Amino acid sequence: MYFILTCLAAVITTLLWYIKSPENKYKLGFLSLIYWGATIMWFIDHLIGYLIERGEIFEINLDATMLGIVVIITGLVIWEISLLISDPKKVIVK
Amino acid sequence: MACFLVPMGESVIMSIVQRIVEKREKKSGKLNTEKNKLSMSSKISWLNKLLWGGSALLAIEHIWHGEVVPWFPFLTAMESPEETSAMLNEISTNGIFMAIAVTIVWVIMVIISDKMEKVRDISVEKSKSSV
Repeated sequence: MYFILTCLAAVITTLLWYIKSPENKYKLGFLSLIYWGATIMWFIDHLIGYLIERGEIFEINLDATMLGIVVIITGLVIWEISLLISDPKKVIVK
Repeated sequence: MACFLVPMGESVIMSIVQRIVEKREKKSGKLNTEKNKLSMSSKISWLNKLLWGGSALLAIEHIWHGEVVPWFPFLTAMESPEETSAMLNEISTNGIFMAIAVTIVWVIMVIISDKMEKVRDISVEKSKSSV
């Protein structure tokens, strides 16, 4: 489930980045790349697990869903820290 | 178990490469002169964002599953030789394939970006010649 949720987050942030383009004030491209990186890595991990160990491609249970939410929040926190450091609206440093 | 260490290692190397390329571009003035074209360092930064972001989120998953702990040796798989060999096996398969997959996606992104820049250049030249 965390793979699906991260993939969904990647698709949505890419869409938002495209809508806001060419302006990249809020670094939405950075956020989408974070989620895409994790999505690609989990896809490979799940694919190898499925091919070698015949594991589940999509793990659908409460634990995996909660992990997906935690992963999305972590991505948002990384993005917000980066945004606050660069401070594009000059709110922190005037 | 610790498959995210391979993409993380690649991101460390590529971050150093990005810095070197950035310095060279600044010296040659490529960063400022070619305004319509993306610099190589900014293209490498895409790869670094994919690798760093992906590794960080995978590290969270490993912490969640209790495979990474805040005390030495940090990886629970290192507590027994059997688990260590399984971990090394996972690193050499899943980890390497993850890093390769992310790099392939980045190469495709760069190729598409280069082609789009060329198409834009041609259309700009055409519009100038028609005027």
